[in-house]
Amino acid sequence: MTIRAEHEMHRRRLGRNVGLGVTLAAFILVVFGLTVAKVSQLGERGAFAHAPPGVVAR
Amino acid sequence: MTDIRITEVPKEAGFGDYFALLKPRVMSLVVFTALVGLLVAPATVHPMIALTGILFIALGAGASGALNMWWDADIDRVMKRTRNRPVPAGVVQPGEALGLGLALSGIAVVMLGLATNLFAAGLLAFTIFFYAVVYSMWLKRTTPQNIVIGGAAGAFPPMIGWAVATGGVSLESLFMFALIFMWTPPHFWSLALFMKSDYSDAGVPMLTVTHGRRVTRGHVLAYALLLAPLAVAGAFTGIGGPLYLVVALALNGWLLRGAVRIWRRDEAEAEADRYRVEKGFFRFSLYYLFLHFGAILAEAALKPYGLGGW
Repeated sequence: MTIRAEHEMHRRRLGRNVGLGVTLAAFILVVFGLTVAKVSQLGERGAFAHAPPGVVAR
Repeated sequence: MTDIRITEVPKEAGFGDYFALLKPRVMSLVVFTALVGLLVAPATVHPMIALTGILFIALGAGASGALNMWWDADIDRVMKRTRNRPVPAGVVQPGEALGLGLALSGIAVVMLGLATNLFAAGLLAFTIFFYAVVYSMWLKRTTPQNIVIGGAAGAFPPMIGWAVATGGVSLESLFMFALIFMWTPPHFWSLALFMKSDYSDAGVPMLTVTHGRRVTRGHVLAYALLLAPLAVAGAFTGIGGPLYLVVALALNGWLLRGAVRIWRRDEAEAEADRYRVEKGFFRFSLYYLFLHFGAILAEAALKPYGLGGW
């Protein structure tokens, strides 16, 4: 037999878990958005700064 | 026969209780002043970088709030105004508040550094240190000048916002710092005047406890007299202008009038009308700061149309 009664404690735990999940998802979105913004700010030279000279031209 | 013992289930914190550790109301002021600092700076910032910057400045402020609640749990338990905070109420354990405060401080500083620049991140780290260590752990319980020096912690956010955009400090960002720094003492001392026994019960050496209410009334007036010319002079910096000047003149006239009224009153008079003037001054001081920064923002918003500034 399973215990089905739900205590207020369970609701609080669920709220906490959902809140943490939403916070982490928001953090991922912020880091992703920031990455896109940073990369879009780089010029072609900046974006290919790691490549050997001439690679971009080809 | 079987005995059934019902023991009280320990209180379990919800998400909102952890959020309350971050002092959301203080965070809202930090967000607003930091945003103004960022928007009025003479540099353009990518909107996503600006949003991230403000977010992590707010998170850093929240983290210092959690550290403050961890350290001050004993006095928060005594004061009526703070006894329902998550740690003194027994909902969140002190160790959790400490862990959350330290973790969020680290995240906020590192992320601000990565998103914007190291100077802004360093300034945020110093602000957290100043609020949690210099103010909460050291000054608050040792000197009646606690809120005067501790007020610097609340004054840094517009400087950090400015640093996010420019990577440095300027006369304008120092002015915004000075405005909040000088505003803090009369704001908190007017609160201390009508909070009556809270601070003395908790053993916090507020000016009202150590030097009495008469002296505190004098200090409110003295700081208002120092604040008013500073606030008006801001009209002639790079972020001021005619609109700011009009707003500052009106608000500071009102501030001085309120401070003089507080100074003239004695305790019998204040008791008789339940500290009506002191409470009114405290409420007004919130609008005072909001409207000054609103006017600074309006000047910057009008500039593209040739209207803002001189």
